[in-house]
Amino acid sequence: MTPPRLALSDICKRFDGFPALDGAGLSVEAGEVHALLGENGAGKSSLMNIAAGLYTPDSGHMALDGVTAALRGPADARARGIGMVHQHFRLVRPFTVAENLVLALGGKAAMRGALALAADRLGFALDPDRRVDSLSVAEQQQVEIVKAMAGGARLLILDEPTAVLTDAEAERLLSTVRGIAATGTAVVLVTHKLPDVRRFADKVTILRAGRTVGIVDPRATSDDDLTRLTVGERAALPPREAGTPGRRRLELIGLRCLRPDGRPAVDGADLHVGAGEIYGLAGVSGNGQSELAEAIAGVRRPAAGVIQFEDAGADVTALTPGARRRLGLACIPADRYAHALAGDLSIAENFAVGRIDRGDYGPWGWVDRAAIRRATAKAIAEHDVQGVRSLGQKAALLSGGNAQKAVIAREFAGNQTIILAHSPSRGLDLKATAAVHARLTEARAAGAAVLLISEDLDEVLSLADRIGVMSRGRIVAEFACPADRQAIGRAMVGHG
Amino acid sequence: MIDFVASWLAATLAYAVPYALAALGLIICERAGVLSLTAEGFMLVGALAGVGAVLALRAPPLAALAVGMAAAALVAVLFALLVVVLRLNQVVAGLAMVFFCQGLTSLVGTAFGWTSKAIGGLTRLPLGPLADLPLLGRALFNQDILVYLTLPIFAAIAWLLTRSMTGLRLRAVGESPEAADAAGVNVTAYRFVAVLAGSALIGLAGAYISVGSAKIWIQDMTSGRGWIAIALVIFARWRPWRALAGAILFGCIESLVPRVAAAGIQAPRYVMLMLPYVVTLGVMVWMAVARTGRPGDEPAALGQPHVREERR
Repeated sequence: MTPPRLALSDICKRFDGFPALDGAGLSVEAGEVHALLGENGAGKSSLMNIAAGLYTPDSGHMALDGVTAALRGPADARARGIGMVHQHFRLVRPFTVAENLVLALGGKAAMRGALALAADRLGFALDPDRRVDSLSVAEQQQVEIVKAMAGGARLLILDEPTAVLTDAEAERLLSTVRGIAATGTAVVLVTHKLPDVRRFADKVTILRAGRTVGIVDPRATSDDDLTRLTVGERAALPPREAGTPGRRRLELIGLRCLRPDGRPAVDGADLHVGAGEIYGLAGVSGNGQSELAEAIAGVRRPAAGVIQFEDAGADVTALTPGARRRLGLACIPADRYAHALAGDLSIAENFAVGRIDRGDYGPWGWVDRAAIRRATAKAIAEHDVQGVRSLGQKAALLSGGNAQKAVIAREFAGNQTIILAHSPSRGLDLKATAAVHARLTEARAAGAAVLLISEDLDEVLSLADRIGVMSRGRIVAEFACPADRQAIGRAMVGHG
Repeated sequence: MIDFVASWLAATLAYAVPYALAALGLIICERAGVLSLTAEGFMLVGALAGVGAVLALRAPPLAALAVGMAAAALVAVLFALLVVVLRLNQVVAGLAMVFFCQGLTSLVGTAFGWTSKAIGGLTRLPLGPLADLPLLGRALFNQDILVYLTLPIFAAIAWLLTRSMTGLRLRAVGESPEAADAAGVNVTAYRFVAVLAGSALIGLAGAYISVGSAKIWIQDMTSGRGWIAIALVIFARWRPWRALAGAILFGCIESLVPRVAAAGIQAPRYVMLMLPYVVTLGVMVWMAVARTGRPGDEPAALGQPHVREERR
């Protein structure tokens, strides 16, 4: 029996005293697609960064083809035939495809070889003279795969490759991956999506809290069992319950927003969300969702069109973000660390900023810190924000799920009636996602109008009462729920 | 009028050279991702070291320029240690270096008695019959050696940055240290060397002011040219040839100032002296307005220290 292509055992790695890996192991055979499954923070990326030579483990053993290996760095890993595609691409964005390949591979000849490989073996049509920042995410990923595969990678590691792709793109990528494995390359597919594992992996290793907790055959294991191994307990999915839409609370009429180069990002979008309704806005990212969200939040001035909050009686298009919030708007932005939290300020200060302009914490010029601490303590208890060592702790230290809960605690503090949630579960694990979804459905039950913008079709399908599909700045289709997943998928990509 | 224009153009390039070389040095640093606010300080070091080499070592002018470069590179080792190895805040470390260099050069200049002593310095090198051309002859072909050398220096650095493997790696380090690291580039080494090389050019710019133009050392004689060079780099959007064009523009303005006074035109002296700085401000405002919302050309990792095992 041949030894496995990659064998990692008893790997431990600490960051600032916190154990990210604590006895993790993985064994991958040549020619197989091996899924590495786990929650966010389970240590999947850390383990793979060790396999790719980016991190050195504190202890543990690594072997390649049965021979003990101690990697000296990423270049050493590459020389031994290990290629990794990181979740955040390691591409120089202002460089062309060719320049990126020359940089990574060390020369023009290697770059030309890699482009030939991309065209012949992988079936990628890459234009070497295009700048990387003008490529779609899927194309950027292809460049990364070419980089990793060039020079004959014997082990290909893909870190969350489907997280940024549409259904169709993910399908295509995963069949490419199967093709790569068929030529004898070992492939590690890091993911937290069960369907990816089930359809494309030969074997799955499950990590939980830095430790390997199971190695199973995905075809012989049920979803429930995989989930139980991943999260440690059953994560109950809330049953879908329909809302009863009331009067229109949020309405957009002919909204247009321009990109800096003058082309429209939002090009005449019309939609309305009723009280007690979740409206799911689906679409491939970059089709104007961000601009639409910014226009509603009041941080982007639309070029044309009207935004109405029904409770305001009329047009709020000209109002400031603060004025809109006083009229009942709550925002959960897509990038919680950039737009929802001030990372260097304390949790209490981040919470207080939501209502401080209304004099909740004292009149002008006087801040009642005790009142802030009381209100914050109450809110974080109500919203089950974990990992708060003190209220004075920096908000940046909260993990993704808890940061999002803290944002929601602040945004929902005033019983807001219009809720704008942009990719609210992006990057969150199952439990945190369930908590966020529960808050959104509670808000709906309380009569709020919820606009849920998400690229995750499963999220939209499980929550929304109506679904709109955004493509090229327009709402191109609307569906009443329960809706046909295939039809929505076609609408998302059909207007290209 | 012709005389006025002729003498104005003749002086322009000599005023442009320090801006051009300092800006080029800054471009090397910043393309590698190190924000260097040190230019004013390193120019002073180069200026003093150049004069010191002439006075103390009886060095010929060209050797004095080399000493100026070496001195600036030496002081830059300290800056590189602070920001590249120890990863201090680059703005704070850069400002501290400026004040340090101002103090150091005043001290050394006074202690060795180098202040206000005229030296021989660089001499003009007419290029044969070309120098006798009307107007352009004096402006372009009757200059000192460093003015002539500036063009090949720019060509070499521009080629290095945009066409060579070294330049590709250097730019990658400034745009995305993670990508460069993953490609096996030693980010720390590239940044360290870029800071030293860039600072040497800044030192050369300073040495040219003392050894080439003024032929004397006076305390704080660079009078803000380092800061203007920093603005020039932004104006040039980190591209060498644009920086050269900008430097010539500033050279024009600066050489105009004494000539207006000499021509007997009534203009308040301090307003005239303010002119280069006012133009700098104006250029910055114009850039800000003209480029609002467009993607910047600024190296994406400018000012950010690189730590490999950082968790985000």
